[in-house]
Amino acid sequence: MFALSPEDLVVLALLIPAIAAVLIPLFHKSPNVREAVTLVAAALVALTVWSLLPLVLSGIRPSMKLAEPVPGVALAFAVEPLGMLFALVAGSLWIVNSIYSIGYMRGNHEPRQTSFYVCFAIAIAATMGIAFAGNLFTLFLFYEVLTLSTYPLVTHKATPEAMRAGRVYLMLLIGTSMVLLLPAIVITGVLAGTLDFKAGGILDGKIGAAGLSLLLALFVFGIGKAALMPFHFWLPAAMVAPTPVSALLHAVAVVKAGVFSVLKIIVYVFGIDTLARAGTTDWLVWAASATVIIASLVALRQDNLKKRLAYSTVSQLSYVILAAAILTPLSAIGAAMHIAAHAVAKITLFFAAGSIYTAAHKTEISQLDGIGWKMPWTMTAFAIGALGMIGLPPTAGFFGKWFMLQGATQTGQWLPVAVIMASTVLNAAYFLPIVFRAFFAEARPAYSLGAAANVDSDAQHDHGEAPWPIVLALSLTALATLALFFAPDVPLALAKLMVGG
Amino acid sequence: MMAFEHHLPILQVLVPMFAAVLSAFCMRGTTAWAVALVASWAALLIAVLLAIKVFASPEPISYVMGGWTVPIGIEYRVDRLNAFVLLLVTIIGAVIMPYARKSVAKEIDSHQQAWFYTMYLLCLTGLLGITVTGDAFNVFVFMEISSLSTYVLIALGRNRRALLASYQYLIVGTIGATFYVIGVGLLYLVTGSLNLADIASRLGGASAEFQRPIIAALAFLTVGICLKLALFPLHVWLPNAYAHAPSVATVFLAGTATKVAVYLLIRIFYSVYGAAMPFTSLPVSEILLVMSVAAMVLASLSAVFESDTKRMLAYSSVAQISYMTLGIALANESGLTGGIVHMMNHGVMKAALFLALGAVFFRVGSVRLDDLAGIGRKMPLTMAVFVVAGLGLIGVPGTAGFISKWYLAVGAIEKGYWPLAFVIVASSLIAVVYIGRVIEVAYFREPSANVASTRDPPLSMLVPMLLLGAATLYLGVYTEWSAGLAQDAARMLLGGLK
Repeated sequence: MFALSPEDLVVLALLIPAIAAVLIPLFHKSPNVREAVTLVAAALVALTVWSLLPLVLSGIRPSMKLAEPVPGVALAFAVEPLGMLFALVAGSLWIVNSIYSIGYMRGNHEPRQTSFYVCFAIAIAATMGIAFAGNLFTLFLFYEVLTLSTYPLVTHKATPEAMRAGRVYLMLLIGTSMVLLLPAIVITGVLAGTLDFKAGGILDGKIGAAGLSLLLALFVFGIGKAALMPFHFWLPAAMVAPTPVSALLHAVAVVKAGVFSVLKIIVYVFGIDTLARAGTTDWLVWAASATVIIASLVALRQDNLKKRLAYSTVSQLSYVILAAAILTPLSAIGAAMHIAAHAVAKITLFFAAGSIYTAAHKTEISQLDGIGWKMPWTMTAFAIGALGMIGLPPTAGFFGKWFMLQGATQTGQWLPVAVIMASTVLNAAYFLPIVFRAFFAEARPAYSLGAAANVDSDAQHDHGEAPWPIVLALSLTALATLALFFAPDVPLALAKLMVGG
Repeated sequence: MMAFEHHLPILQVLVPMFAAVLSAFCMRGTTAWAVALVASWAALLIAVLLAIKVFASPEPISYVMGGWTVPIGIEYRVDRLNAFVLLLVTIIGAVIMPYARKSVAKEIDSHQQAWFYTMYLLCLTGLLGITVTGDAFNVFVFMEISSLSTYVLIALGRNRRALLASYQYLIVGTIGATFYVIGVGLLYLVTGSLNLADIASRLGGASAEFQRPIIAALAFLTVGICLKLALFPLHVWLPNAYAHAPSVATVFLAGTATKVAVYLLIRIFYSVYGAAMPFTSLPVSEILLVMSVAAMVLASLSAVFESDTKRMLAYSSVAQISYMTLGIALANESGLTGGIVHMMNHGVMKAALFLALGAVFFRVGSVRLDDLAGIGRKMPLTMAVFVVAGLGLIGVPGTAGFISKWYLAVGAIEKGYWPLAFVIVASSLIAVVYIGRVIEVAYFREPSANVASTRDPPLSMLVPMLLLGAATLYLGVYTEWSAGLAQDAARMLLGGLK
C-alpha cells in the first residue's frame, strides 16, 4: 500500500468501484460471492481514501491530468481538503450501506439485485470522481454519471409509480444541469479562460457584480442535486426507491454531491472574498432560508416516515447553502462540517425507517406507537439520528450549526441566525414526536388507526428486530453520529484547511 | 509507390465505382458482399493516406484529370475539410460492411442482394465523388449517382411503404439537384468557370456588376443543398426514407449522406462565396440560424411522439443536422469547429444507434416501441450500445455529443448570442425524453412472448456495433482525431474568408 503514490490512490478510489461494477454481474449466479465483491470493494475504497487523508493533512495536493478533450477543458483530478472530506464520508458510508443493503434486499426479497449492486458501485465511482474533480468539466462529467447511474436505482421497483418518480428524477436533475449548469460552466470558461478550481476563485475581476450574481444563480439552481427550492421535487418523489437507495441519495452520494458542488464552486470558483466584495448575493441567503423553513413546515405535515425524512433533507441541505451564502470563513467551515454530520445522522434515520419496513412492514408515522420496545436498537439509533438533525449535543449536528451561527453573528447577519433558530425548533417538532410515540405511546389495535393505515395482520403481527446486517449497519452509523461530536478533529481540520487556502 | 500515391484522389472514387460494376456481375449475394467489403476497406485506406498527406502539409492536394490544366479540366482537390469528410464516410462504410452480410441476408431477397451491394457501392462512389471533386458540375454528376442509388436502396426495403418513401425522396431529391444545377449555371454565366476555386477567385470581380444573379445563385444552391441535407422545413422526405429502408441502408445513409450535403454547403458558403465577398454581406447566416433553432426544437419534439423507433431516430437526425448548420451559421472558429466535428460525432453515434435497431430487427422482426418491451435483458450488449450512443445524442459529458455541443455553445457565447447557448443545451433535454422512452420500455417492462427467447446478434453484427459504441465514448475524451482535425479545417476555412 505504501508503494503507491498519492496520484495512484486517487485513481484507485475511482477504479475500485468501477472494477466492482464489472465483476458483480459475473457472479450473477452466486449471490454470496457477488455481495462479497461489493464488500471487498467498499473496504478497499475506504482504505484508499483513509490512507489519502494523512497526505492531504500534511499539505500534499495530488493532482493529475488524464486527457484534454477540448483545449483548456481537461479531465483532471486535484485533491483538496473539502473534496477529501466528501470522499471520506462517501467512502466510509459505502461499507455500512452495503452491509445494510444486503440485509434489506434479501429481507424484502427484492428482484434484480445484481443490477442494483452494479448501479450502486458505479454511483460510488462517480461520487469519488466528483470529490476529486480538478475542474468544473470533470465535476460536471461525474455529476451526470451519478444522475444516470442512480436512475435505475430510483426506478428499481419498476411499478408505474416508480417509473413516474424516475422521470421526475431524471428530467429535473438532467434538466437543471444541462440548461443551467452547463451554460454556467461554458460562460465561466469563456470569461475566466480556465475551469480549474483555485483557492480564492477564478472569477475575480472578470465580471461585474450583477453578472457575478446571475452566474451564481445559474450554478446554484443548475445543481439540482442540492435541492434548493423550487428544484427539490425530485427528492420526495424518489422516495419510492428501496431504502438503501434512499440512504445513498440522501446521505452518501447524490444530495451530498449537490451541496458539495455548491460549496466547492462558491469557495474555489467564485471565491468567498470576491462574492463578499460584490455584495449582490443576498438573494441566496433568502432563497436558502426560505427552503429551510418551508421544507421544515412541509415535513411537519407528512405522515409517511420516508417523506418526512425527505423534506427534512431538503431543509438540511439548504443549511449548507445558507452557510456558504453567509460568506465568512467560519460559516464555510460550518457548511463543510454539516455535510459530514448530516450524512451520518440522515443515513441512520433512513436505515431505521428501512428497518421498520423490513421487520414490521410499517411506513406511516401514525403506526409506530410503542414500536420502540419491539425494536430497541433501531429506535435508539433513530433517536440519536434525530438529535443529530436538531443539532443537539452530543451529536455531530451541533458543530455545523455552531460555526454557522458564529459566522453569521460575526458579520451581523441576523436573518440566518433567526432562520437557524426557528428551524431548530421545527426540527424538534417533527422528529421528537416520532421518538416519543415509539417509546411512550401504547400500541393501539389496528382498527382504531386512520384510513391510511394497513388494516391487515401486518399491523398487528408480532415482530422483533430487523435482520442483523440492518441492525449492525444502523448501530454503526448511530455510533458515528455520536463519535463525530466527541472527535470532530478530522472534518474540522479539513474544513479549516479549505478556508485557509 | 510515388505514382500510386499521386493517384490517390481519383482512386478514392474509382475503387468503389469499379467494385460496383464487379458486384453487379455477381450472382450470389455473398460474393457481392465480399467485393463491397474489400472495396470499403480499400476506400478507408485511401482516405487515411490522403488525410495523412493533407494534414502534414499546408497546401491542398490537387489532381487534374487527363492532363488538362485547371480550370479547363476537372480538378480533384483535397484540403483539410474534405479529407476529414472522406475519412468519416469511409469509416462508416468500412465498419458496417462486416455487419451487412447477415442483416442483408435476412432483410433482402436472395436474388436482389447483389443489387443491394451494387447500389451501396454506387452510393459510396457518389458521396466520395461529391467530397473529393473541386468542380461544381462534377459535384452535380456525383450527386445524381448517389441520389439514384439511394432511391433504389430505400426501395429495397421489405415494407411496401418503402416504395412510397423512395418515390417521395426521388421527387424532393430531383428538385434539390435541379436547384443546385441552376445555381451552378448562374455562377457559370457570371464567372465563366466551373472550377470551385476558380469561381471563387472570379466571383469577387464580378460581384459589382452581377450582384443579383450571384445572390440568386446562392439562393438556389442553398435551397438545393438544404433539401439534400434535410434542413428543417425541407426535411419531410427523411423520416420515411430512413424508416422504410433496409437496416444497413439506413445506417449508411444516416451516417454519411446528409453529412456530405453539409460538407457541400460549407464548401459553397466558405470556400466559394466567403472567399469572394465579405461573408457578413450574404443573407445566409440569419436564415440558417433560425431554421437550425427551429429544427432543434420541433424535430426533436416530433421524435418524442414517434412510436416507430427508426422514425424516431430519423427525426432526431433532422434535429442533429441542425447542430451542424448552426455551426455554419455562427461562422466563428468555435462554432464552425463544433459544426464540423458534429458531422463525425453524429455520424458515429447515429450509425451505432441504427445498427443496434438493425440488430433488434434481425432478432425480433420489428422496431416498434411496444415490441421492444424487456429487450434490454434479452439483448444486453445491443441495448448497451443503444444506451451509450443515446447518451451521446443527449450530449452527456464523456460522450462525443458533448464535445460538439461544447464548441457550439462557446461559439454562440463568443458571438454574443447568449440565449442561443441556452437553446442549444435545452434541445438536448428533448433527447432525454425520446431516448428515455426507449430505455424505459426496453429495461423496465416485462419481456413479451416474442422477445422471450431473443439474444444478442451474431458476432459479425455485434463487433461493428460495439466498435461504434466505444467510439462514442472514445471521441468524448480523446478528440485529437475528431475535434483536432475539425478545428484545423475550421481555421483553414475562416482564414480564406473575406
